Formats: sequence, C-alpha cells, structure tokens
Amino acid sequence: MKPILEMDNLSVAYRSDGGDVRAVEQVNLTLHAGEVVGLCGESGSGKSTLAYGATRLLRPPALVTGGSVRYYGRRITQGGDPADILTLSKRELHALRWREIAIVFQSAMNALNPVLRVQDQILDAIRAHLRISGGEAREKAATLLDLVGIPRARLRSYPHELSGGMRQRVMIAMALAADPEVVIMDEPTTALDVVVQRDILAQIVELKETLGFAILFITHDLSLLLELADRIAVMYAGRLLETGSAAELMRDPAHPYTRGLLNSFPSLRGPRRELVGIPGSPPDLRDPGPGCPFAPRCNYALPSCSEVDMTLARVVGTPGPEHLTACPVLNKQGVLS
Amino acid sequence: MSEPAIHDADPTHLAEAAADATAVSAAAADTTAAIAGLTSAASIPVVGGDLQSAAAARGPLAMAATGLGRDYKLGRGVILHAVRDVNFGLYKGAVVALVGESGSGKSTVARLLAGQERPTAGTIALDGNVIDVRSTRAFRRYKSQVQLVFQDPFSSLNPTHTVGYHLTRPVKLHQSGVKDVDGAVTALLEQVRLVPAAQFVPKYPHELSGGQRQRVAFARALAAQPTVLLADEPVSMLDVSIRLEMLNLLDDLRSRLSLALLYITHDIASARYFADEVLVMYGGQIVERGPAEEVTQRPAHPYTQLLIASAPDPDNLGSVLKSTSAAGSVAARTTAASTGGPAAVGCAFSPRCPLAVDKCRKDTPALELLTPMRAAACWRLDVAASNN
Repeated sequence: MKPILEMDNLSVAYRSDGGDVRAVEQVNLTLHAGEVVGLCGESGSGKSTLAYGATRLLRPPALVTGGSVRYYGRRITQGGDPADILTLSKRELHALRWREIAIVFQSAMNALNPVLRVQDQILDAIRAHLRISGGEAREKAATLLDLVGIPRARLRSYPHELSGGMRQRVMIAMALAADPEVVIMDEPTTALDVVVQRDILAQIVELKETLGFAILFITHDLSLLLELADRIAVMYAGRLLETGSAAELMRDPAHPYTRGLLNSFPSLRGPRRELVGIPGSPPDLRDPGPGCPFAPRCNYALPSCSEVDMTLARVVGTPGPEHLTACPVLNKQGVLS
Repeated sequence: MSEPAIHDADPTHLAEAAADATAVSAAAADTTAAIAGLTSAASIPVVGGDLQSAAAARGPLAMAATGLGRDYKLGRGVILHAVRDVNFGLYKGAVVALVGESGSGKSTVARLLAGQERPTAGTIALDGNVIDVRSTRAFRRYKSQVQLVFQDPFSSLNPTHTVGYHLTRPVKLHQSGVKDVDGAVTALLEQVRLVPAAQFVPKYPHELSGGQRQRVAFARALAAQPTVLLADEPVSMLDVSIRLEMLNLLDDLRSRLSLALLYITHDIASARYFADEVLVMYGGQIVERGPAEEVTQRPAHPYTQLLIASAPDPDNLGSVLKSTSAAGSVAARTTAASTGGPAAVGCAFSPRCPLAVDKCRKDTPALELLTPMRAAACWRLDVAASNN
C-alpha cells in the first residue's frame, strides 16, 4: 500500500507560563491510501492536537516543535516529491485543505451556522475550494446530500430543523465536497446514540469504499475502532503506546494500557467478563517525568520503566510487521504467553 | 426551564389521590396510600398476569411510579406524549436501568421522579406515601430523599465555587442536626474516594478532571442522605477508561448505603453489567422489561434487538461495518427508516420496525407477560423471537 500522509517524529507543545505542555511527543504515524486508521486515547492524550498539528490548524500558543509531515496525494505531487505540509506557504495550504485533506470536526453537530440554510453553507465550502459555476455548485450540493442519504429537499432546511444524525451527515457531506484523498474525523459520532452512530459509521465505510479516501478516525472509544479500523494507534499522554491491526490489538494487546482499555468496557455478547478498568489519572504534561508516562498507573511497572525511551518496537512473536509496542516489559515476557 | 402549563389546568390526577386520603384520618390515609403504592409496584399488572420486578429480590420497595405520564402542549392543539403509562418500582439496594435513545423520554421520567416537573397522569409514591406537591413540607422532604445526578459534570458544578462550598450547602440544608459541618464534608469526600479530602475542599471545578467532578456531583447528591438516587447518564461524558471506575463506585455506594438506584443510559451494555432490572423505553413507553442478563442476551422486542445489534461489538472483528453487504443485520435493514420519529398511532416503533404489519400501525400493543419477570409490548413477538 502507498502511504498518503506520513507523520515523522511530530512533536507539538502548548506554550504556557508554567512551562511547555508537551501535548504530542515524537509521534510516527502513517496513513496509507484507502485505509482507516483509528487513533484512540482519552481526553487530553493529544489525539486531536496531533491531527490539527499535522494539518497546520493549530494557533499559538500551540507550536509544532519538531518533526515533519509529508503528503503524497497525486494532485499535489504530480509524480514528484511529496509535499512537506509544515513548510507549505499560505497559498499552498489553501490548495491542500478541503481539496486534499478534509476534516469533520468534533461536535460537528454544533459547527453548522444556525441562521443559514444548509444549502448556503455547503455552497460556501464548494465556492471557496472549487472553481465551478453557480448552477454546477448547486447541483454538486444536491449530489452531496444524496451521497449521505438526506433528501434533496433538506437543502432548504435550517440546521435546527434537522436531527443530530442528519446534521452530522451534512458535515460529512461538506467534508467530501472537493473529493479529498484524506478525511480526518475527530469524534464524529460521540454525541449520537448507538443506533444512529452505527448507521453513520456504516455510511462512512460505504463512502470510503466507493470514493477511495483514507480516514484518520479519532475517538476515545476503542471498542468502536476494533470493528471499524484497519489499523489502530493507541495514544497516551502525547505518545503512541501501541499500533497494530484491530485483530492484533484485540487478541494480543502488547501494552498494559491497551490491556486496561480492553478490560474497561462491558461487552454485550458472550459470557460476563470480570471488568478491571484503569485506576488513577493521566500525568501532568508540563512535567511528565522520565520514561514511560503510563508507569504510575501500570500493574506491570518495574523500576526500569523510568528509563524506557518510548520508541515503538516490533512485538516479539507476532507475524504482523505493523504490530508495535512501546512497552519493553510486556514485549520481553512475550505477549502470547 | 419553560414549564408548560398543562398540569396547572388539570391537576386532577393528584387531587384524586389526595382527595381519597383526606376522606379518612391522616394516619389511615398513609396506610391506604402505602398499600396502594406497594401493591401497584411489587407486581405490575400486564396482559397475561402480574409482573414481578427482577430488582425486588434485593430489598424492600423504596419508590413506585404508577401509570406515570407527561404530556407537553406544543401549540395548535398538538400534544407530545413524552411519557405514557410508565409503571415501575425502585428497590433499596437494587439498580433499575432505564435504557433508550435520545428523545425516548427517559430523562423526562427522571425529572418527574425528582419532582422537577409534575406528571400529567399517574402517581409517584415514596416509601408508600403518594407525593403531594401542595404540602410544601412533605414535598421538601421528598426532594431531599430523592436526589438526581446529571450527565455533564462540566456544567453541573458552579465554576465560581469550591468543592467545599458545593458540599457545605447541602449538608447545612439537609443535615440540620449536624454540628461538625467540615467533618461531614470530609466524610462525603471520602465516601466518593476523593482522598485526601482536605486537598479537594479548596479546589475549583476547573482544577478537577471529569471523573473527579462527577465524584463531587455524587458527593453532593449523597449530602442530602437520600434513599433514592436518580443517575441520568452519569458516565456518558466521561472517558471509557474512567467509566468503569465510576460505575463501580456507584455500585459500591448502592450496596453500602442501600440506595435505590435508577440508572438512565443509552449504553445497554453497561446496563447488563450494572443493573438488576432493565426497562427499555421507546417513544415514551416501556417496550420491554426484565432481568438485565435475560433482556440483553435474549431481547424479545424488535427495538431492543436493534439496540443490541447497534452496540459496538469488539469480539466481532470485520463486522457489518467492514462488509456493508451484510444485509442480514437489523441495523442495516432499518437504516433507511431510522430518521423517522416514533409514530403517534399504533406501535411507536412501527415506522422503523422491520417486522411491522398493518396491525402494528393501527393498534398500540400493551406489555405482555413472557415469564414471571419479563414483559414486552409487541404484536410480532413470535416472529421477533426467531431473531435470537
């Protein structure tokens, strides 16, 4: 598979009087064409900051302090070198955003302007990024609504006349307006109830299959990603702790945090399991201390954990080349034991 | 909050209950009401017999809702039946889960039970006494006995006040005999495991994590020394890793303080682990009820089946989401219709139901006894049963 978006040693910090809050620390994450990568972590783990940092959407006091982000989209590279997003000019960024990389924002339900009709908001997005005539733009807006299963008549509706699920679909339709190659979805279904959530996820997957874009899906709900994502990256305190396919993470979780997450949610099917959860709370990112940030909450922690350098290493004994963990303790023991 | 005036115009349901009571002496009235309350909730009459609550095994009846209903006038003669004919009991030391999607009426039930709104039909009885809103003193006592915890710990605490202030006030209000207020506050914080308590007293909400804030909200509810705790989506705003800890804390408080707990949620999986009895609501009505394990493992009603099919299933790697052609799932079949609301005539779920026939669109099904502890309201139960 060809890479489409590549983050290399990306670090982001929030400048504050009390010192830098190191929200993202040396993260390596690659998104391949047509792939769904799930980025999972609790609030404050840096998952949104990572996505916004990689697309240059952060404002001061947030600052990208290191690393690079490469974009391999056809229309930008035209067969040549990938674009380095962090060094693009303002004009180049404008060409990249929405046309190449689109974002469905968190609480997108409330991101629609309440005093404008849905049509005008979609047309705004289309006109800003595509050079087409008014008639074509209106036709495009209607086609986009078709795509997400909303009747065309709803173009005349105001946001308050739509249900939460429909508003979310409108936001997804807008993100797809310029046929992007990468769509970043930041908790797109968190405020919806389970039935609507499932409808929308099924629709996202269907659209991905037909239009062929890649998805970076950000959520705190690992159970959702296990079903949805091709690959999952688990983030904690600004670091990636484990990456792998859904099956690898589910069957052989190679980091104690992933194990804790898997033991945290009640399952509906199968016998009742003993639920354990993860006691304690995440560290202060102003002064995370040396070594593994999860060590204070970890059942497997050894004194040597304060010297762990947090690079991801291939998990011993699993066949998949993409199953990586930052925990040397579990990895040495062998996760399959 | 705007309060539709419908109950002011028609308080007959409460007046009737109260009129019965005043006919005889006060003491006798209490007993009458007590018996009425007890019989109505300990066994709930449904089609085919009397239903026993799965939560009743844990302890005595604390609160009973009988024929509970709430209508809202929307104007132009349109009436929204937010809650219709809801019957259930809450038992000391037991958890009853109320499950449903947004708009199903589950939060309205919580507000009715908490006394924040008046029912337009039916009665609520606490410890056998039917609540009477006209008796200020009795109603005030009721309000301290029944406490509500809200969904969002980020907005349910006052950002300008400390944790200590949030807890001192209810202690002074509800525990009038207590001399050592600071000691009571410390005890509350320890009860919700915010230790060392002294460290948390001077803190402001913004200095706390979401889980810690929700603990403060629990402590504030406990300050009134309630017998009934209504928890409206208490963990849905929290991170997955923290939810379990919160539910364990609630479960611990329930058993230590013999609280009668109503757990309102849209997450039916957590109800399986946490509740004794599950009530599934749709369109303002209870469509299925029974022991938590039975309802979640062998759902009888098509709506319950849809809820369960829609829940994320980590064990099912490469599920419907990956192969969208798997048309066999309930979720896939109802996708097209899922934007429609509940029907006003006939079964509320009929517009979305894959099994609906003409009868479903005309007549409203009543709860029907399946086993001594289970009931469901559906005309097509025999067909739905084959889905399991």
